[in-house]
Amino acid sequence: MPKVIVVTSGKGGVGKTTTSASFSSGLALRGNKTVVIDFDVGLRNLDLIMGCERRVVYDIINVINGEVTLKQALIKDKQCDNLYVLPASQTRDKDALSLEGVGRIIDELKETFDCIVCDSPAGIEHGAFSAMYYADEALIVTNPEVSSVRDSDRILGILAAKSKRATEGAEPVKEHLLVTRYDPKRVAAGEMLSVDDIQEILRIPLIGVIPESESVLQASNSGTPAIHLEKSDVAESYRDVVARFMGEDVPMRFTTAEKVGLLKRIFGGR
Amino acid sequence: MPKRTANPAPSREEPAFKIKNANLPVLILHLKTADTARVKAQLETRLQQMPDFFAHAPVVLGLADLPTDAEPDFPDLLDFMRSHHMQAAGVIGGSAAQQFAATQAGLGVIPEIPARPTASPEPEPPVESVVEPQPDPGPVQPELPGLEVETEPAEAAPTLTSRPTMVIDKPVRTGQRIYAEGANLVVLAIVNAGAELIADGDIHIYAPLRGRALAGARGNTAARIYVQSMEAELVAIAGYFQVFDEGIPDALRGKFCQIRLESEKVVTQAMNSAR
Repeated sequence: MPKVIVVTSGKGGVGKTTTSASFSSGLALRGNKTVVIDFDVGLRNLDLIMGCERRVVYDIINVINGEVTLKQALIKDKQCDNLYVLPASQTRDKDALSLEGVGRIIDELKETFDCIVCDSPAGIEHGAFSAMYYADEALIVTNPEVSSVRDSDRILGILAAKSKRATEGAEPVKEHLLVTRYDPKRVAAGEMLSVDDIQEILRIPLIGVIPESESVLQASNSGTPAIHLEKSDVAESYRDVVARFMGEDVPMRFTTAEKVGLLKRIFGGR
Repeated sequence: MPKRTANPAPSREEPAFKIKNANLPVLILHLKTADTARVKAQLETRLQQMPDFFAHAPVVLGLADLPTDAEPDFPDLLDFMRSHHMQAAGVIGGSAAQQFAATQAGLGVIPEIPARPTASPEPEPPVESVVEPQPDPGPVQPELPGLEVETEPAEAAPTLTSRPTMVIDKPVRTGQRIYAEGANLVVLAIVNAGAELIADGDIHIYAPLRGRALAGARGNTAARIYVQSMEAELVAIAGYFQVFDEGIPDALRGKFCQIRLESEKVVTQAMNSAR
């Protein structure tokens, strides 16, 4: 049964597109036929992070308007055989992203793909709503700070009330909390919310914690999803997330400030 | 949304009394004839069937069904009622002359209920209001000619919680608003900051309340809020609200609290120290 997974957060800059790129790559590396769709019409970024921006000819709006077929618009990822990218339009209006048109595309993709990852734009407006509407599962990307948690809470409320599953009274969208840009040192110093603090507010299951790392920026700039980085805690934590998503029981890393405080005592800081 | 009125400054002098609005159940004895002899005879029969039916309960005499020129003999009727443990509290309806005659006999005049007294969402200031009759699911009476005992229709007091309690068992999140119209509200999951609970009746939250809770939204000043862990941004009863700009006092934060209205002031009380 193909799965539609939305990567969303409400707030911008928390790591949705980074997560979409790494998560979809991770799913593909594990043999799932995966497509990742950029819903950020007007501000497309996913193709840059996936390193396929020079191969974008057609986009999701062309497909919705029936100007090209899905096959023409899908771009094959250069790292993974099983991964395709459906880019957003840089020039079109976001209102062109009709709910009905998106539904048609998702139905067609379900015929070929196992996992359909929807990279949501920031905010709670049309683009974000189209990205989440058809979701079966949701990765809620949250930074350890109050405003990000608040926005994630808002998004969870919308998912629970307005998604297709909610409006049709089907089983609710399965929610996963993904904490990104987590700095255990700053959590220990009381400068950041801990994972426990975040979970206390959002009360959804934790799928992973991605540590704050400079390598994410380097990966973005070089057009390589962070999961492909060698010897990187970010890559490892994204692989853990994918493994947990596939149902494996992988112990959580970087979850509590206390744990890191202990490590810090032993190794004398990072 | 109820109008938000800030708590007035407390008066300097210790009050010796307070006036409160209340909706109390009361029976209305609608007179269909001014012939008190007939009324007394039929009442006598009725009271023999159920001698304790009135049992010192206040009764209002309804005059609306009387011919406007008819004038019942109030003192005679009152004597009869007193001797049968019926307390006539006043009259409602009828002509000015009939109402005057009633006041001469020592009865109060209860103003007629407007068609929809609180249809406006703006709650009236709950001061110096007159006690109004209120629906009461009283026993159904067998029909007797010339006399009718009935209760007022439910629409007379829409501040009542006439609908089944609304129960929410999932987290109430930022930006969500739950409105229990004409009902009490029970929430079993967390209410996060930026979420809003509104009920015309009481609100019970068996989880932390971090957002807002507004009870008695249509002006029911007797409404209360019970919260298992008090962390609210704002609480309100009947339009009177309290914010916690400076944070919640240590004595209340995270505690099981009761919130109610007392002399137009929202009072938040930790339940362990309440009694």
